[in-house]
Amino acid sequence: MPIIEITFYLFAAVLVGAAVMVISVRNPVYAALFLVLTFFSAAALWLLLEVEFLAIVLVLVYVGAVMVLFLFVVMMLDINLAPLKEGFIRYLPAAITVAVVMAVELMMVLWVRGKFGSEAFESPVPHPPDYNNTKEVGEWLYTQYMLPFEVAGIILLVAIIAAVALTLRRRPEAKRQDPARQVQVKRDDRIRMVKMKSETKVEE
Amino acid sequence: MSPELIAQLQFVLWTVLKIAGIMVVLILGVAYYTYAERKVIGFMQVRKGPNRVGFFGLFGKFHFWGLGQPLADVFKLLLKEIIIPQNANRFLFLLAPILSVAPAFAAWAVIPADDWLVLADINAGLLYVLAMTSLGVYGLIVAGWASNSKYAFLGALRSTAQMVSYEIAMGFSLIGVLLLAGSLNLTEIVLAQSGGLFDWYWLPLLPLCMIYIISGVAETNRAPFDVAEGESEIVAGFHVEYAGASFAVFFLAEYANMILISALTTIFFFGGWLSPFQNAPLLGDTILGAGGVHWFLIKLVFFMFTFLWLRATFPRYRYDQIMRLGWKVFVPITIAWVMVASCMAVFGIVDRGV
Repeated sequence: MPIIEITFYLFAAVLVGAAVMVISVRNPVYAALFLVLTFFSAAALWLLLEVEFLAIVLVLVYVGAVMVLFLFVVMMLDINLAPLKEGFIRYLPAAITVAVVMAVELMMVLWVRGKFGSEAFESPVPHPPDYNNTKEVGEWLYTQYMLPFEVAGIILLVAIIAAVALTLRRRPEAKRQDPARQVQVKRDDRIRMVKMKSETKVEE
Repeated sequence: MSPELIAQLQFVLWTVLKIAGIMVVLILGVAYYTYAERKVIGFMQVRKGPNRVGFFGLFGKFHFWGLGQPLADVFKLLLKEIIIPQNANRFLFLLAPILSVAPAFAAWAVIPADDWLVLADINAGLLYVLAMTSLGVYGLIVAGWASNSKYAFLGALRSTAQMVSYEIAMGFSLIGVLLLAGSLNLTEIVLAQSGGLFDWYWLPLLPLCMIYIISGVAETNRAPFDVAEGESEIVAGFHVEYAGASFAVFFLAEYANMILISALTTIFFFGGWLSPFQNAPLLGDTILGAGGVHWFLIKLVFFMFTFLWLRATFPRYRYDQIMRLGWKVFVPITIAWVMVASCMAVFGIVDRGV
């Protein structure tokens, strides 16, 4: 399947390149946009794995919502990056040493265990055409993993309530409109008909 | 080259041709949608609308009711200079229109105009459409930021916040649809509605249907929700700094999105290509009872007309009222009706077509 391989390497290269750019570009807005590209390429790779539900939800949630809010914040902040990078050159030799040592150690572990161990796994068999990833995920979530799923849901709910409670301040002095009351206003609340003679005789 | 590779290349080429076909139809549709908009609003305001431009003066004094107007507009926009502000971020400034038009076109890949007339019949079509519409935000926000202009930036913040908010209401109303249809595939969603006018999902999901249409108008930043371009406050919103072809691309994206939302409303709530007289006692067996592209187009044009109708009818909303409507009115209603819809699905009140 050459086309699948070409697609895989293309998206993998874009993914790695964009991920490197996220941490190396100077402009934070660029970094956020590169993160979007990273998510997008990851979603494309997931699609190649035939997990279309997870892939599209990744785009929908992370790209479509989370990163937009991120961009909002990053664009409104006036970040000066120069002070953040001051110590960069000074610590660079130490950082490179640590990184090289870690990489060598990781590779040694892999070498001891016999290459990357990928031959231990068979290449995945493509699913039949009527395979439905959404249905599969749903069935697992609502049967086998029902309890963890609901616990996760409750934790999220607690987080939402906590976030609201932390940021909600009552400001009695602030004036605000109450649309329900505005809608209920009747003519009589605003208008008072005054009956009076249009002209009166001036007393001499 | 192996025969397998050649077959795959052929498939890719054929798909690219189909995509080109969809895009040509869509771009022509957008061009004449702008004409229709000016004519319709003209008639609603007792004016004539554009009626001067014919086809290159070929037919003497006969102007074809101004049908050449969109072509004239397109050529004017394409031939004008693209002005790039001095302190703008050149790359992002030029990337933004593309970011905004690409998802608007890409979403069309899964829209079925008939049983057989769909480019990619994928089984998560509904999610794909949601993902694509949510990607459209990037064009706006990048345009606003890259222009390096306060007006453009404020306009971009307004419209992105509005789009992100209304996406939630839109997503929830689609949950109702997928609960009843039991599928994410758009073709199956349409087929699940078969049976005639009263089997379409507008009836059991009436609140969700209304909310979907209104959110669709807000999502495309159209009147009465077009606060991105309050002329008296922030000029033209996120595209103030754009001119010529780059502006034309934004324009294209906006109108393509309007057509897309109309098509989605048709598919999710009004039975797609199905005929309203399907299984009707007298008409069911005639040509009127058969579904087909024509029914899809009739419904599509009706909802496209609704966009123009709304624009000619309502005054613009105030920004804080838009946000209130989205979060405090639409989201609770949709959540409640999603529960009603799940009850309908569980107790078999709505059957899944034939």
